Amino acid sequence: MKIKRIGVAAIALAAAGALTLAGCTTGSPESAGEGDASSAIVTVNNTEPQNPLVPTNTNEVGGGLVIQNVFAGLVYYDAEGAVHNDVAESIETDDAQTYTIKIREGLTFTNGDPVDAESFVTAWNYGAALDNAQLSSYFFESIEGFSYDENVPEMSGLEVVDDLTFTVTLKQPESDFPLRLGYTAYFPVPASAWDDIEAFGENPIGNGPYKFEEEGAWKHNERIDLVKNDEYDGPREAQNGGVDMILYASTDAAYADLQGGNLDVIQEIPDSALETFQEEFEGRSVNQPAAANATITIPERLAHFSGEEGKLRRAAISHAIDREEITDVIFNGTRTPAKDFTSPVIDGYSEDIPGSEVLEFDVDLAKDLWAQADAISPWTGSFQLGYNADGPNQGWVEAVANQIKNNLGIEAAGAPVPTFAEFRTSITDRVIQTPFRTGWQFDYPSMFNGLGPIFGTGAGSNDGDYSNPEFDALLDEGSAATEVEEGIEKFQQAQEILFEDLPAIPLWYTNSMGAWGEQVDDVEFGWDSWPILHQITKSE
Amino acid sequence: MAGYIVRRVLQAIPVLLGTTFLIYFMVFAMPGDPIVGLFGEKTPPPAVLEQLRERYNLDQPFIVQYFIFLGNIFRGDLGVSFSGQPVVEILAQTFPVTLRLAFLSTIFLMVGGIAAGLVSGLRKGGIFDASALVVSLIFISLPIFVVGFVGQFVFGIQLEWFRTTVGSGAPWSDLVLPAIVLATGSFAQIVRLTRASVIETESQDFVRTAASKGLSRNRIVPVHILRNSLIPVVTYLGVDFGVLMVGAVVTEGIFNVPGVGRTVYQAIIRGENPTVVAFVTVMVLIYLVVNLLIDLFYAVLDPRIRYAK
Repeated sequence: MKIKRIGVAAIALAAAGALTLAGCTTGSPESAGEGDASSAIVTVNNTEPQNPLVPTNTNEVGGGLVIQNVFAGLVYYDAEGAVHNDVAESIETDDAQTYTIKIREGLTFTNGDPVDAESFVTAWNYGAALDNAQLSSYFFESIEGFSYDENVPEMSGLEVVDDLTFTVTLKQPESDFPLRLGYTAYFPVPASAWDDIEAFGENPIGNGPYKFEEEGAWKHNERIDLVKNDEYDGPREAQNGGVDMILYASTDAAYADLQGGNLDVIQEIPDSALETFQEEFEGRSVNQPAAANATITIPERLAHFSGEEGKLRRAAISHAIDREEITDVIFNGTRTPAKDFTSPVIDGYSEDIPGSEVLEFDVDLAKDLWAQADAISPWTGSFQLGYNADGPNQGWVEAVANQIKNNLGIEAAGAPVPTFAEFRTSITDRVIQTPFRTGWQFDYPSMFNGLGPIFGTGAGSNDGDYSNPEFDALLDEGSAATEVEEGIEKFQQAQEILFEDLPAIPLWYTNSMGAWGEQVDDVEFGWDSWPILHQITKSE
Repeated sequence: MAGYIVRRVLQAIPVLLGTTFLIYFMVFAMPGDPIVGLFGEKTPPPAVLEQLRERYNLDQPFIVQYFIFLGNIFRGDLGVSFSGQPVVEILAQTFPVTLRLAFLSTIFLMVGGIAAGLVSGLRKGGIFDASALVVSLIFISLPIFVVGFVGQFVFGIQLEWFRTTVGSGAPWSDLVLPAIVLATGSFAQIVRLTRASVIETESQDFVRTAASKGLSRNRIVPVHILRNSLIPVVTYLGVDFGVLMVGAVVTEGIFNVPGVGRTVYQAIIRGENPTVVAFVTVMVLIYLVVNLLIDLFYAVLDPRIRYAK
């Protein structure tokens, strides 16, 4: 790490002596390895975790990246989103409803506690219990005994068979259950954590490829220093000595540090650099679709958007949007136009689902469909598109509104809501009176995760209150399938119904974007848009 | 003098109570449920939402929330952030950093601004005066984020004189560039205030008397002119300390300084009432103290000023 400082620093240091605030400064611990590539510390940008670092309470990216590297789950996902066993020896089922999970022998947490069946079952029960109000509690919804109405300290669907075996019984067959197990909510927690879970959230003890460098390695708003966990014996062994996560309030500052050589890997690109980063870091950047998408949700309860008229209008709006142009011009090619409701990195993705033609830009057809809808009931008012103004949305929202306005010949505009919290509250409380932007970041690489939670009748994130029994039935059939291929077929058929009804209009897939410095190699970004930290090598 | 200090300290109490109430009310009045925001794009299950609201007392009416908050303060408990960190701890971590940044910035401001203003005032109409006017005009018209980004790009990335952002622990050497950037915001005012004040003082009788007594210029300028010109400048510096704290929000964002500005900004976005109110209260407190010190400092600068009756 090269740092150049000038003589002015001397003056500043003299001033430091004069001030009694001395002692607040601590030298930065630069622990770069000498010569040995495998011991060098990689630096990566991250954001301050929003919640204590308890696996079941971490649902956002800042804390997620830490949890993912400090813990190891039953399975893990490779760069393509394929699932492989990590802690699990085997996960077996005959009926997609009862799973027998065997854990590899001899694994321990970094404090010596064994990684056993108990460490999973206790953590899951804790995460699911209502009284603990864990942010990821809904992940345990499908396990038998789970309830949102009363506090269930121990779910009946979890049973410890022996030290290294436990069984999970679900409320109904769900073939993609094993795919979920690599998500942070399902990670094990050592027995010692339960004495003081708050202290644990501050200094988590895991079983993953990395561990906290020391107690208090999470220096709030500054950095989280991880070092290689030598006892980790699994497929994700670290190829570097550790990872220092530098916590930034803005991506711009992180990008400046990458340019200035103070940061090795950046996992997101600020808007100001979208146009230039691929040239500036030629051969050292990534821009590929990730498991995340953007959509416009139009609830049926809005006037003119129900029944046959609504279907026609939704299709007209979809045809009126030129996705290629917006992803090119507004996003500089850092979004990929949507072809379905999931994402290209998800198993089963297809560009040829019958009905997906509705995503093609076609002004004449759009006008025609809109006129057909007008014949049923004439359009009144203006088309508004709700979005939160504290995120980078204004540009594309206005572009979309303009296209709708010009191509359909109606009034259309963006409807900004100042903050994200306010925006989401109005959606959750069902008081928003306009169509609004939505997005889905996959929790785990499964088609079901991109469909069930959003469009299933009464599902948790069904912001538009969509309900179609046929769709629900296909989802259930897909979930009950014990063959992966069979399940995918059902989920694709379910999407045909979505293309017909268009409860949400797919816009584009969000790309994972990142760049890295000259000292690091083997940087790859996963299906979930996170850099795969353990395989990064660094020369110093 | 002692009576004056006691009166000023007592005055601070209603000011503090009033500000905390106002701030608490404003944060409370911000639309949107902060707990919903915690769940991102996903919709929280109602039962979990209930539980969390209860945990942070968000299910109570405003006035109850406020009194719970006040009561806790008297017990020395400022609450915890959503990430489970006690607010007291966050205060202890971030305030020293911002104070050091503001202190360094004030030093640069005083040294640079007063010197430039003094020379400008003494050589009114000269080349230095003209160029100082132009430079200060540029700084006054540029928003601080422009100065910040340009400074970071030129001196951090291109010339590599400074680290691009502030490193762990915010060492003094890393704070130099952000402090200079922060100082540019008020540079113009200090230069102009000093200049005007110096010109005015120079024409005063006591300066002419000093000159006619045969005192050397080296004694007249620092002791007679500068010292007497500093009162409006020092007053401004006191007011400006508050401005510096505000400017710190922008500067701390650009240079990733783990200080007050950044923390307050994030807490506001997340709707973390206790954090926001605690921070603003401490900021108000610091502002009051700084201004009290400034008032007391007048007497040192000008013996004619006496507060004791």
